[in-house]
Amino acid sequence: MTAMDRIAAVTRPLLQVDGLTKRYGARIGCADVTFDLWPGEVLGIVGESGSGKSTLLSCLAGHQRADLGRILYDGRDVLAMGETERRGLGRTDWAFVHQNPRDGLRMGVTAGGNVGERLMAVGARHYGQIRDKATDWLDRVEIAADRIDDRPSAFSGGMQQRLQIARNLVSSPRLVFMDEPTGGLDVSVQARLLDLLRGLVRDLGLSVVIVTHDLAVVRLLAHRLMVMKSGRVVEQGLTDQVLDDPQHAYTQLLVSSVLQV
Amino acid sequence: MIRIENLSKSFTLHNQGGAVIPVMADAALEVAPGECVGLVGQSGAGKSTLMRMVYGNYLAAGGSIRVGALDVARAAPREIIALRRDTLGYVSQFLRVVPRVSTLDVVAEPLLALGRPAGAARARAAGLLSRRNIPERLWQLSPTTFSGGEQQRVNIARGFAHDYPALLLDEPTASLDATNREVVLSLIEEARARGAAILGIFHDEAARARVCDRLVDVTGFTPRAAA
Repeated sequence: MTAMDRIAAVTRPLLQVDGLTKRYGARIGCADVTFDLWPGEVLGIVGESGSGKSTLLSCLAGHQRADLGRILYDGRDVLAMGETERRGLGRTDWAFVHQNPRDGLRMGVTAGGNVGERLMAVGARHYGQIRDKATDWLDRVEIAADRIDDRPSAFSGGMQQRLQIARNLVSSPRLVFMDEPTGGLDVSVQARLLDLLRGLVRDLGLSVVIVTHDLAVVRLLAHRLMVMKSGRVVEQGLTDQVLDDPQHAYTQLLVSSVLQV
Repeated sequence: MIRIENLSKSFTLHNQGGAVIPVMADAALEVAPGECVGLVGQSGAGKSTLMRMVYGNYLAAGGSIRVGALDVARAAPREIIALRRDTLGYVSQFLRVVPRVSTLDVVAEPLLALGRPAGAARARAAGLLSRRNIPERLWQLSPTTFSGGEQQRVNIARGFAHDYPALLLDEPTASLDATNREVVLSLIEEARARGAAILGIFHDEAARARVCDRLVDVTGFTPRAAA
């Protein structure tokens, strides 16, 4: 069955978020966030710094605990789960790509080790198989096989980011959270990474929640878009519709403020 | 295949004093399978706005836009994504692609999105590009470096890669020379012959006369208050 067939066969969202709220004392982190994410869909979350997009992402990924609301993953209530079960999801079904590859990689371990480690976390034990799979994934993210025994500290920023993606995707997650994955990269490296991510989403049928402040990135990568301001979602819809025919005052300001190249 | 009823549209400019600009009211039209309908009316009358609404790129204020069984005016984003993948193609005047992706992959992408094997998708893309007179030495390059006419031909190759049952064409022959214009017109005629419902904007009058079965003047959809 191809990724497309699997996607066509599903009848419920992979992730259902309802009324998610996180407060820091009197201050709102994010408030009353509700959305569904279906298999194979990429949801972009945009907004300026402090809009709550990163808080939302970390609550979704279980890095922070939400105060209110509900998160259903494949029908399972994530906030009602025990710590062990939730950590298990984080290792098997979910992945998290950080803006800074140093936060998602082990800098003292070789490239192959970084990818293999994640496989071992889900139970792989056969050294030859782990190394083969690591080599295959390095190839998919365009890292030459002869770099497998190098440490990430010897890699450029773009290569580190691709290695982080390989480390995250090697265990075949179904849901990937990304926090500004193209953030610190040169534009030329950014384009290559965007193409890689698009191909992986299409071929593997991944669902992705991606936080970014870059509207050009979401236009090319995200199917749907959510715009946040002061912790709340002010507008959501089809990405090109939100960008080309924004309804909310804040989205109109955001879109009209982009510099044209 | 495409049925528009009672459609209206206005833009609210929140950052310019909240001005509300009504741009369309009571728009209605139909396109049957195997029919090509051309939109006419002077610049600014709303031809592109109407096309964008059919594609789900602009939100409708009221009314309905049926494409097959789906009402685009009320559909969820997910339904529109599926409609665009399977049913509704759109050739615009502008090519928007990830930089540095090869022309061959840009054209093959709609087929890959449908789950076609990569080899078959690229083979079809290669066929489309050669028919569009894009020399093979350019296929591995990104189309962002091409001339306007070449980009337009890549755009058309991509738009016709999948046999969509419904097609929206926004100036498909703009910036093309006579030979390439002829190729595009015959592509449109073939799509029509296989039963596609086509809605298009053609400033080229001879092209319009040749491929369109009927014309609809969108000036009739201008809200009376603004007229």
